[in-house]
Amino acid sequence: MSMIAGHLEPYLVLSGLLFSIGSFGFLARRNAISMLMSVEIMLNAVNIAVVAFGAFVPALAGQGIAFAMLIIAVAAAEATVGLAIIIAIYRNRKTPLVDEYDTMRQ
Amino acid sequence: MPLPDTLPLIGITWADALFMLLGGVAVAGALGVVLGRDIIRNGLLLILTLGAIAGIYVMLGAAILAGAQVLVYIGAISVLILFAIMLTQSKAAPAKLNFQTQAVPAALISALLALIFAVTLGGGGWNATVFDGTPPPEGTRGAADALFGPYLLAFEVASVLLLAAVIGGIYLASLPRAGQIGAEEEEERR
Repeated sequence: MSMIAGHLEPYLVLSGLLFSIGSFGFLARRNAISMLMSVEIMLNAVNIAVVAFGAFVPALAGQGIAFAMLIIAVAAAEATVGLAIIIAIYRNRKTPLVDEYDTMRQ
Repeated sequence: MPLPDTLPLIGITWADALFMLLGGVAVAGALGVVLGRDIIRNGLLLILTLGAIAGIYVMLGAAILAGAQVLVYIGAISVLILFAIMLTQSKAAPAKLNFQTQAVPAALISALLALIFAVTLGGGGWNATVFDGTPPPEGTRGAADALFGPYLLAFEVASVLLLAAVIGGIYLASLPRAGQIGAEEEEERR
């Protein structure tokens, strides 16, 4: 009898752990691309939770995968635009560090 | 000869051991992405983390999603991120301090968030089925029924969003030509 892999909660805890790690990276890193990578980790954490609900809760069967597919598509769009913005800013400011993007502070 | 039901000596089932392995790799890789100093290694560890998460999807019976994860995340987004890292790599950036000044409060908030997640998510009461082993493979029928039934509008909107994002990405990446000339003139004035 499986103690971990057959239950819903371990997957949710793993998802929460990954989400917390990603949120720390998003808040603490200075490099804009590192922040984007942290966002990707957070999106994946949410995906794990969604798929786990779809697999374990009978009323949600099939919907978990569909939802996660949509999340992956939106994440791809987000990564495209985000990286394009970062590269566009980098060309003007010559730095990827977000705390040096302070033109609007004055 | 058939494999024994549990791992020899420890008494953990194979599914549990696989979950612990994949989950451990995912969490360790994510920590490496967030805490590492060398940004190229962060990008490569992100690929490792995403691969472990694809393994988790397979354990959850969503093989189609694991395929999508490998194609979209590992194949496309990671390569895009690695390219962006290489394009924005300057000699000064990785050697400097790589955390904001707000890193300590951010760590506290994230630890609090993890605690709240652990308490609320691990508490149970989800009306979830308990499987012997891992959940059975779901196939694609249920997902397709959901995606092309109640979520059809969301599906179509996602496709339009992807198109818009691609066009926007091209526009943004080709935009700074004018700004670049302006920036060069500014440097000359200095």
